[in-house]
Amino acid sequence: MSRTNAGEAALLRSARRKRWKENLAGWFFVSPWMFGFVFLMLGPMLFSLVISFTEWNMVGAPKFLGFDNYIRMFTSDPFYYRALTVTFKYVFLTVPLQVILAILIAVLLNRATVGIRFFRAVFYMPSLIQGVTLALIWGWMFNADFGPINFFLEQAGLPRVHWLTDPDVALYALVIVALWGVGSPMVLYLSALRTISSEYYEAADIDGAGRIRKFFSVTLPLLTPTVLFNIITSLIASFQTIVLAFVMTGGGPAESTYFYSLHVYRSAFTHFKMGYASAMAWVMFVMIVLLTGLILKSSKYWVHYEADGGGR
Amino acid sequence: MQAQAGKPWERIAMTVLIVLVAAAFLFPIAWMLSTALKAPEDIFTPTPSLLPEKWHWHNFADAWKAQPFAKYFANTLIVVLVSTPFAMLSSTMVAFGFARISFWGRNALFLLVIGTMVIPWDVTAIPLYIEYNKLGLINTLWPMILPGMFGAPFFIFLARQFIMGIPHDLDEAAKIDGCSRWQIYWKIVLPLCRPVVVVIGVFHFVWVWNEFLTPLIFINDQDLYTLPLGINLFKNAYNIEYEKLMAISCLSVLFPVTLFYFTQNLVLGGLSLSGVKK
Repeated sequence: MSRTNAGEAALLRSARRKRWKENLAGWFFVSPWMFGFVFLMLGPMLFSLVISFTEWNMVGAPKFLGFDNYIRMFTSDPFYYRALTVTFKYVFLTVPLQVILAILIAVLLNRATVGIRFFRAVFYMPSLIQGVTLALIWGWMFNADFGPINFFLEQAGLPRVHWLTDPDVALYALVIVALWGVGSPMVLYLSALRTISSEYYEAADIDGAGRIRKFFSVTLPLLTPTVLFNIITSLIASFQTIVLAFVMTGGGPAESTYFYSLHVYRSAFTHFKMGYASAMAWVMFVMIVLLTGLILKSSKYWVHYEADGGGR
Repeated sequence: MQAQAGKPWERIAMTVLIVLVAAAFLFPIAWMLSTALKAPEDIFTPTPSLLPEKWHWHNFADAWKAQPFAKYFANTLIVVLVSTPFAMLSSTMVAFGFARISFWGRNALFLLVIGTMVIPWDVTAIPLYIEYNKLGLINTLWPMILPGMFGAPFFIFLARQFIMGIPHDLDEAAKIDGCSRWQIYWKIVLPLCRPVVVVIGVFHFVWVWNEFLTPLIFINDQDLYTLPLGINLFKNAYNIEYEKLMAISCLSVLFPVTLFYFTQNLVLGGLSLSGVKK
């Protein structure tokens, strides 16, 4: 009796030791990320939260303000409202348009009989061009006097457009530039399309579904997991967009491309209002989290997972 | 789904449509190349043409010499060459932990990794400036190198998906042979991860190569400028010399595009891993 107890205890001990070793091994392997997270994210975020309640120019001692920064941005900073509207307009244009265009091109490519790989690479290539080079290329494309886009418009008998100097147009010009990078989500849709079993289409054929009906009842539902992924990543990225506006328009003309991030950047690194900039950054963070959460919550109503495995 | 064979005219119409859309997508790149080879009088004309009158190859050399681009180029290469191996290693290592070891807090931690993707740069930029300043890293290349060294969420996610697809039998066999966890990772899983490691390397390369905001905030010393900063400086100084601006743009695009050209099947195949349900 006591012998079995001792045996059990020893077994338990060794099981516990094994668990312990397993935990240690796990934490060892994820430690690089943990290190980066603590020193490059968590720490900075907490710091940023603290100084968002102060007035601080980075040199002197921070002065505690309470919620003043947060109140100020919503009550007495016209640029904040400008930046907020510009950013929301950009996000709500870019994200849906990108999803639609990516799906359209993917469906088109999927029907191609030859050269799928070649065209896939062609559409993906522009997304390798980012930042300053992207801004330069499109700045030149949009040049009002000598740029090719206006040349084509004129050839077609349409009026020239002052793409980057007309406050009513500049934001749309930047949306077009962003859409040029549609190749990277497109590739995801294309690979999702390739995995759709032809049985679904055969079944739809038997039901007498037409081509458009098949797209909306079979193809699109099966693409929704990719749509969700696309919307979330694209939303997060376009919310913090800055480089295109920074290089191409400098936020102008007439603040028509004055993005939220540009306002944060200027407040922090031009005007040295570190507290105020941090407060704005935190409000942006909260907005991104809320929007992402909302989309994830809503996803159970519109995202369809195939019955095998993945779905519940 | 395989492309359903339609009527012949339909197939031809489809192909024509694809070619047209693809041409429109490639046009800005073609225009950049063509401008880079033109003489100024061919650029500032109301009737521009895609093909240059005469091919002015010297535009490339002129642009290159107009600024210390060799230095900017070298700086960018240093950043990329130092950080990319770390990115490959740390991402796969962390992913191995998530995919193969069931440790306390694993699922919550993985959610946290994915969750950090929503953190905008705006929140961390100011504190990082202060942190780097305290560590004496402002005006060094480190602020560009460090963030990628510890594993980016997207890469960890990709590598985890990939490792979960590797059969467990291999680990089990190695374990029976007395291999430690580290040996299993290093000798068995990592070599099998080659495709996803290449994908991580290419993406990391492209991102760091194009990164503008990080050096803009943390580097003031022109000797340490990376290519995008140098190009931006060049743009502000030579605002209307489009042939030179486009020539330097071509050179900057050349590296990522060449890299992609040689790895495209791996990269485009690897990307589809991220399409799997989250």
